[in-house]
Amino acid sequence: MITLNHIYILMGALFAGVAMLSALDRANRKRFGNAIFWALFALSFLAGSHLSDFENGVLVLALVIVGGFNFLGRTAPATTTPDQRRERAQHYGNGLFAVALVIPFVALAGTLLLKGSGLVDSNQVTLIWLGIGVIIALAVSYAWFQPPALAPFQEARRLSDTIGWAMLLPQLLASLGAVFAAGGVGREVGVIATHYLPLGTPFAAVAAYCIGMALFTIIMGNAFAAFPVMTAAIGLPLVVGQFHGDVTVMAALGMLAGYCGTLATPMAANFNIVPAALLELPDYAVIRAQIPTAIPLLVVNILLMYFLAFRF
Amino acid sequence: MIALLGIAVVVVGFLVRINPLLVIAAAVLATGWAAGFDLVHTLSVFGHAFNENRYVSIVFLVLPVIGLLEREGLQERARSLIASLRGATVGRLLLIYMLFRQAVSAIGLAGAVGGHAQVVRPLLAPMAEAAAEKDGPLTPEKRNTVRAFSASVDNIGAFFGEDVFLAMSSVLLIKGFLEQNHIIVQPLSISLWSIPTAIAAALIHGARLWRMERKLRNQPSPPSGGEARVRGR
Repeated sequence: MITLNHIYILMGALFAGVAMLSALDRANRKRFGNAIFWALFALSFLAGSHLSDFENGVLVLALVIVGGFNFLGRTAPATTTPDQRRERAQHYGNGLFAVALVIPFVALAGTLLLKGSGLVDSNQVTLIWLGIGVIIALAVSYAWFQPPALAPFQEARRLSDTIGWAMLLPQLLASLGAVFAAGGVGREVGVIATHYLPLGTPFAAVAAYCIGMALFTIIMGNAFAAFPVMTAAIGLPLVVGQFHGDVTVMAALGMLAGYCGTLATPMAANFNIVPAALLELPDYAVIRAQIPTAIPLLVVNILLMYFLAFRF
Repeated sequence: MIALLGIAVVVVGFLVRINPLLVIAAAVLATGWAAGFDLVHTLSVFGHAFNENRYVSIVFLVLPVIGLLEREGLQERARSLIASLRGATVGRLLLIYMLFRQAVSAIGLAGAVGGHAQVVRPLLAPMAEAAAEKDGPLTPEKRNTVRAFSASVDNIGAFFGEDVFLAMSSVLLIKGFLEQNHIIVQPLSISLWSIPTAIAAALIHGARLWRMERKLRNQPSPPSGGEARVRGR
């Protein structure tokens, strides 16, 4: 059976390759910074399960130091020129889209059709099929384009160095959430919310719950982390308990109020900061494009909860 | 109150624009200290969580494929395809993608179809730029606007589509949390109550796409467009 561990090994091999090419890149003044960063990232995927928690902690700290103190250089791995690309686009035609669709197609087909087959670990189906899709797409690309043997690694390095340290952010922020939970941060926020907010009417309770979900999501970067805290603090005791709102409406719309916060926070790095890096935009450009949608949507959500929760 | 020290570190760190990796590490150490953990314990909790969350980074596995396709002209092909479609304006293109992403997420396939590395960078953003360029060359500011909106439709489509799906992790999280509090709800009813917000999201962001397109068209461009500004670090 194929498990997530196999995909981690694949991931480790890819970034070990990226690290090696980084070390050989004489054009980059900081080449060993890049090499060490990607090598540590690879090590986490290859050996993370065999390291102790403390050793993993030290590994993360080392990654933070290399990435955070500007030890990464800008690179320009060998690739095709714009003119060559236009020529090749003409030559290969719309078949290029077919190759681009191999990964989603495999992920989709594997998730839907081979669900109970026992071929892959059923807990992480989509991620595993994504990995298998990558291998198939690479095989097709090698056969059709016949690129230099190391081209996939050079191209991966080109994109990885474009994203840079931001690539670490999503995983790091998820880990920060776990540390917050262990330190009792959520509990404390719940206590403060109920103590200092005016919650005397149904509308006030609904507004406080929804805005609280959005704000706490902005801080934590994740509505899933905010939901248990705010729902236990305001949603269940007040909206449902005291004012007899419908529990399903409260919960469903509460989570969506949290998503409005996700649109507005750099803490949700995989949605807001990584794409800015991928598209070579200023760090907060994506957030700026989303905030004017997030605010009215939060208002709509409050009104929906107010008008629906006490009616059904 | 002191348990919130880590949050204060995060807020201040992001406000004064210190490198986020350092801000997070500082917040971890502050939270551990406030909770009375020793350094070894704090690092162990952090390291354990980092290792458990490795799946979050799996999406970057697509980079060699996307890079290879860019090498062979994928972005250029996406541009010329859109340039040849007469009705394809930037607003319509992004709206259609957002609705498609919502629909796909609503049947539980947000993880399989879409995403910033897989679709937005190699396909959607170049297409959106090409559609916008039909009205003349883009200034760096306009190009950035088009790119940022391309990323936004991927997010909004996924966020406000996926809760409509019964087996989505967020729906299951809601169900599980309420169950711990001795309340049994049906996933189906959670999904149903998510539909009004999904519609509102499509209307609000759709209207903003329409306005964005109008603004791009009405603001005059200088005769020659420059390349997008390189992102500072």
